[in-house]
Amino acid sequence: MNSAVIPAPDAGKAAVERRLYFRRTVVNRLALVLGCAAALFGLVFLFWILWTTLSYGLKGVNLDLFTKMTPAPMSAGGLLNAFFGSAVICLIAIVIGSLLGVAAGTWLAEYAGNKRIGTVTRFINDILISAPSIVIGLFVAIVIVMQFKQYSALAGAIALALLVIPVVVRTTDEMLRLVPGQMREAALSLGVPQWKVTMQVLYRAALPGIVTGILLALARITGETAPLLFTAFGNQYWSTDLLKPMASVPVVMYQFVGSPYESWQTLAWAGALVLTVFVLLLSLLARAILLRNKTSHD
Amino acid sequence: MTDARLAIATPIVGATGREVAPAGATKMAARNLNFFYNGFHALKDVNFNIAEKRVTALIGPSGCGKSTLLRIFNRIYSIYPKLEAKGEVLLDGENILDPKYPLNRLRSKVGMVFQKPVPFPMSIYDNIAYAIRHYEKLSRAEMDARVELALTQGALWGEVKDKLKQSALGLSGGQQQRLCIARAIALRPEVILLDEPTSALDPIATGKIEQLISELKDHYTIAIVTHNMQQAARCSDFTAFMYLGELVEFGATETLFTKPTKKQTEDYITGRFG
Amino acid sequence: MNANAPTSEHIVKSYDEELNRLTGEIQRMGEIALAQLDAAIDAVLERDSDSARKVVQSDAAIDTLEHDVSHDVVRLLALRQPMARDLREILAALRIAADIERIGDYAANVAKRSIVLNQSAPVQLAYALPRLARLAENLVREVLAAYRDNDADRALDAWTRDEELDEQYTGLFRELLTYMMEDPRNITPCTHLLFMAKNLERIGDHATNIAENVYFLVHGAHIAQVRRKGDTTSSLLPVDDPR
Repeated sequence: MNSAVIPAPDAGKAAVERRLYFRRTVVNRLALVLGCAAALFGLVFLFWILWTTLSYGLKGVNLDLFTKMTPAPMSAGGLLNAFFGSAVICLIAIVIGSLLGVAAGTWLAEYAGNKRIGTVTRFINDILISAPSIVIGLFVAIVIVMQFKQYSALAGAIALALLVIPVVVRTTDEMLRLVPGQMREAALSLGVPQWKVTMQVLYRAALPGIVTGILLALARITGETAPLLFTAFGNQYWSTDLLKPMASVPVVMYQFVGSPYESWQTLAWAGALVLTVFVLLLSLLARAILLRNKTSHD
Repeated sequence: MTDARLAIATPIVGATGREVAPAGATKMAARNLNFFYNGFHALKDVNFNIAEKRVTALIGPSGCGKSTLLRIFNRIYSIYPKLEAKGEVLLDGENILDPKYPLNRLRSKVGMVFQKPVPFPMSIYDNIAYAIRHYEKLSRAEMDARVELALTQGALWGEVKDKLKQSALGLSGGQQQRLCIARAIALRPEVILLDEPTSALDPIATGKIEQLISELKDHYTIAIVTHNMQQAARCSDFTAFMYLGELVEFGATETLFTKPTKKQTEDYITGRFG
Repeated sequence: MNANAPTSEHIVKSYDEELNRLTGEIQRMGEIALAQLDAAIDAVLERDSDSARKVVQSDAAIDTLEHDVSHDVVRLLALRQPMARDLREILAALRIAADIERIGDYAANVAKRSIVLNQSAPVQLAYALPRLARLAENLVREVLAAYRDNDADRALDAWTRDEELDEQYTGLFRELLTYMMEDPRNITPCTHLLFMAKNLERIGDHATNIAENVYFLVHGAHIAQVRRKGDTTSSLLPVDDPR
């Protein structure tokens, strides 16, 4: 019955189809070539940067780098106080930022839901994510540093925490909202109260995503210079006092790389290399966590 | 309380005049139930009984309110804003819509299984034990026994007894759904609500769930929402047909599928809708 | 069309086509069976062995159609999973086809016996047979019309009229018995006539079966009344039973 409707193949039509197919093949190839070229263009710069960092930085990587303090001009030394400072400031920032961020993200996903306040909060949070870090630094400088008339590691940590919060809020919110609604319903229908459901079921489901978000936030703040310039300031010497200025790798790099002294410049490059490797490892770790979780879900 | 129990006291008689499903006492009942969803009138004056230790199926086209009705029976709808149920839903004669009715008690008595299998992201053992821990303090041995019992009743024990500590996410879809049923059973509920429990499963897994349903009805009162009319025909004792928020017809499954009394029902089950 | 008939079509149009084909096959079977019965009676009346033979041969057509019907029914049951009215329609088609097939067989039987009957001298009583035959034929025609129109009332009406046929048959039975007792030479043709009458009576029974199926098809229930039996021959004893 239907066969009558289908026209018999004829030569003219086949020729048209061939031409059409040829044209599509050409367009397809062209698009592919353009896309590859664009990707290559980007990758070239990436590897260029990595190569530069490696070639300049490797010269400065030795035991001294991790065991000695930042030196006076023209003399030898390391970045120990800067590494320590960065570690302390970032650790405090990530702890404060994660706790507040996860809490806020949970509120957004589980309680604010699709209410107006939730939408508004999400919008503001997105603005915060893309806020220039120097603005955050200035803000903390005015609110805390000017107030206490004292640069401090804590102020630096707070500035970085302010950078961490929106990122963690965003990932927590997204990850919790990715948990199927039916899992919530299933848990609630067992009569378990909502806070328990959130803590014991939903966090478990969203954990890999949240941890990834925190790691990525950590990767971001380890390289931040601007917020630290007016807050933690910097310190030539070893200091563990959170209420005093403290050295940090990005700030030291900023100072050293612009100096005329070659030993300082070498140290700056070495610091850059260590930071880059650290961020790379963090990204890999984040990816591994996400990937492992994905495979176990299927 | 008594009049609600008497509502199904007369046996349901099929087309042949034979008794097709021995009547059970009414376990749950909706009385003049209306439901509003953001102001939309989703259920209109629904009166409906679920007989004890029987399987009651709810069928109807998408958006007819069958899932909504089911979701009122354990007040799971109340986790979302702007939803409002008016009227009464009786469980053993008590109105569960009364805010004074404790939600904890309701949900321990009325379990629910959803369309998509949603095992919690924990081990198979913990999936079952999780809810029990919320209600009871059990010793290790007691808990082991409870988990085994639930998994056995859920027709899953044989397949998972050697991997109780493994993640439940590694189970197949059908196994996950049976795990969800076992999880609901573990609380020793009286009523089990199944919201399209097999719509995400293949025919073999579906068959196992249906077999499970027929085993469970000796001990539990079951209400099942399904898109699959054959499924309703295969595994229920009573069937309710809903359309546009109204309960059009309710009766013994055999009668409803061979000789429905309403034209709308007839049109729907014979595929004449629209 | 009867008010009971569903007016709307299935969402899947091919389902309607298949159901229509099924009912069409039943109609055609019915028409052939009626024509066969008609031809068989004419053959008896006109002592026309040739047309009787034709009737016997044509029976195969009905059998073929019945096969088609059962094949279609199996297909519909397997592929469409019919429910409610559709299910009843399909079940009724299967059973009605079987009844019509039997009616065709009986018509062929009547024709077959008429050939034998034609080999002996004409029996005066043969005139009573066509009357019985017309009654049976009417009954069949009625139930088939009732089936075509989904008319349960008409089916019920035909169903009650089977009694009439049974009474006529009982009367004929007595008469044939009397003839046979009067003159032993009548025994052979009368026995044939008796069998033919029995065949016609059976046709009536199958017609009532069809009526019952039509009723079931429309109402989803069986005819509730207890059927009164007009055929009492099974309790008749020879007038002068030696015992």
